[in-house]
Amino acid sequence: MIRYSVEKEYQGMIDAYEMAGGDKRVLQTKDVAKLVVHENRVLANDPIKGLKIETKETKSGVSVKLTVEEGAKIPRPVHLCFGLLPKEGLQEIIMKVDAKDNSEVSVIAHCIFPNAVKVIHKMDADIEIGANARFDYKETHYHGESGGIEVIPKAKVRVGKGGVWQSTFALSQGMVGKLDYDFEVVCLEKAIAELTVKVYGKGTDDIKVWEKIHLNGAGARGLAKSRVVLGDKARAEVRGETYGNAPYARGHVDCIELVNGTEAVATAIPIVSVTNGKAKVTHEAAIGSIDRKQVETLMARGLDEDRAVDVIVKGILR
Amino acid sequence: MLEVQNLQLTLNGNSIINGLDLHVDRGEIHGILGENGTGKTTIANLIMGTNNYKPTAGKIIFEGQDIAGLSVSQRAQKGITLAWQEPARVEGLTVRDYLALSRHNGQADQLERYLLMVGLEPAQYLDRDIDATLSGGERKRIEMASVLAMRPKLAILDEPDSGIDIVALPLLLNSIIEMNKQGSSVLLITHSERVTEISHRVSILCAGTIIRTGPPAETSLWFKDNCRTCLHINEPVDETK
Repeated sequence: MIRYSVEKEYQGMIDAYEMAGGDKRVLQTKDVAKLVVHENRVLANDPIKGLKIETKETKSGVSVKLTVEEGAKIPRPVHLCFGLLPKEGLQEIIMKVDAKDNSEVSVIAHCIFPNAVKVIHKMDADIEIGANARFDYKETHYHGESGGIEVIPKAKVRVGKGGVWQSTFALSQGMVGKLDYDFEVVCLEKAIAELTVKVYGKGTDDIKVWEKIHLNGAGARGLAKSRVVLGDKARAEVRGETYGNAPYARGHVDCIELVNGTEAVATAIPIVSVTNGKAKVTHEAAIGSIDRKQVETLMARGLDEDRAVDVIVKGILR
Repeated sequence: MLEVQNLQLTLNGNSIINGLDLHVDRGEIHGILGENGTGKTTIANLIMGTNNYKPTAGKIIFEGQDIAGLSVSQRAQKGITLAWQEPARVEGLTVRDYLALSRHNGQADQLERYLLMVGLEPAQYLDRDIDATLSGGERKRIEMASVLAMRPKLAILDEPDSGIDIVALPLLLNSIIEMNKQGSSVLLITHSERVTEISHRVSILCAGTIIRTGPPAETSLWFKDNCRTCLHINEPVDETK
């Protein structure tokens, strides 16, 4: 297997990030907290006041402990960059997050696999959001065109009283390959959780999305939102589950899957459950072809049909 | 500019449009007045080519060319557009991007001007999505701003007043007048006599055909006296009897 020097690996990651449409300056700016991991090697670890990033390289990846100190408000987004540049390999990220009470941070994770032919990327995250803390997490994937990648992100999140967890997982550049997304959130009193997944499946992509929200505290609120667009022979199964287990808990499952092709298969399984008479949980799921009226609306402004469909697809995945 | 000749549409054995003739001059605001179910929206769809409607017979001639066989995009590229009675909502498409899609030659500040013309504050709306978070009236006004931005040769406005509150209605009518001043001919489809006051000519639609065309005041009065109280909707009055 080819081994790169650290400098070459780091530059390679930055170049790949830029080629995928990212702004490489954020990974080169000194006052931005960041962590760059290639395969199982930590190439950069720049914490910032109020935020600690501890890492340990393992045989197949990296263990990361990210701690946001109590009351710390991190002014600029923290960038995490994970990836694998060779065609084959395994990267396992073990993530432990501890956002202490009253802290605030926004984390942007870039996952870059531009050459993947036989790659597995796994993430197991254990995330604790303290009381009145706020944690925004956005994970964006950049894949190559071969589809030879398996992505398995799993997270268990616990949101303390009055805390906020917002996450967006986006995979719309390159082929998905095989995706098995599984995020589960437990909300305590007046906590808020919003899970969003946006995926564009093509070719023979195989997509599984599982969002679970347990509203265990009074007044907790949750939204499990998914937007999936499928073309060619891609398949997707989206499960959105929300459980209202406390008084005045409010939850909603919102799933849209658009099928743009005759051989793609989309399935949605919303599960809404209430174990407290004062809780309320709702769901809406829409699966089908792209709305003809939307397409004609854009065509009536002069766009041809393919461009109109493209605008609609990009919009839903934005 | 637009010449519709003996247009017919039959769906499932039912005659929806029945030998309709219509002429819209360049620079004209031409009102179409009709009660519910007379075929107003169907005419809009047939001229724009939307909703998969294809004439059973007849011609739709725009600037000398029969456009009945053209796609929606091709008709739009020739300078025709349609503002729907209930415009579609598109998640993730901002007002800014929607207006820019249809912009003919305007600059960014023009987009703001078009929103102001329909009574919407640009700072509040440009970065919002044209999705379900907008009220029906807001979405309609954005549709009008989009047509203004496009500067079409012919704008078909299907019930632009429906869902618009009485405070916003004068703004909307002014925006149609402005659209006309920009150079667009307008086919103004409505059931409201008040809306057709801004027209140069008005045609009355009944049972899928035009039964009368004339000046706005006179034709609207006829509509009010005859169609509003008509017990035979879609059974046109035979004035020879």
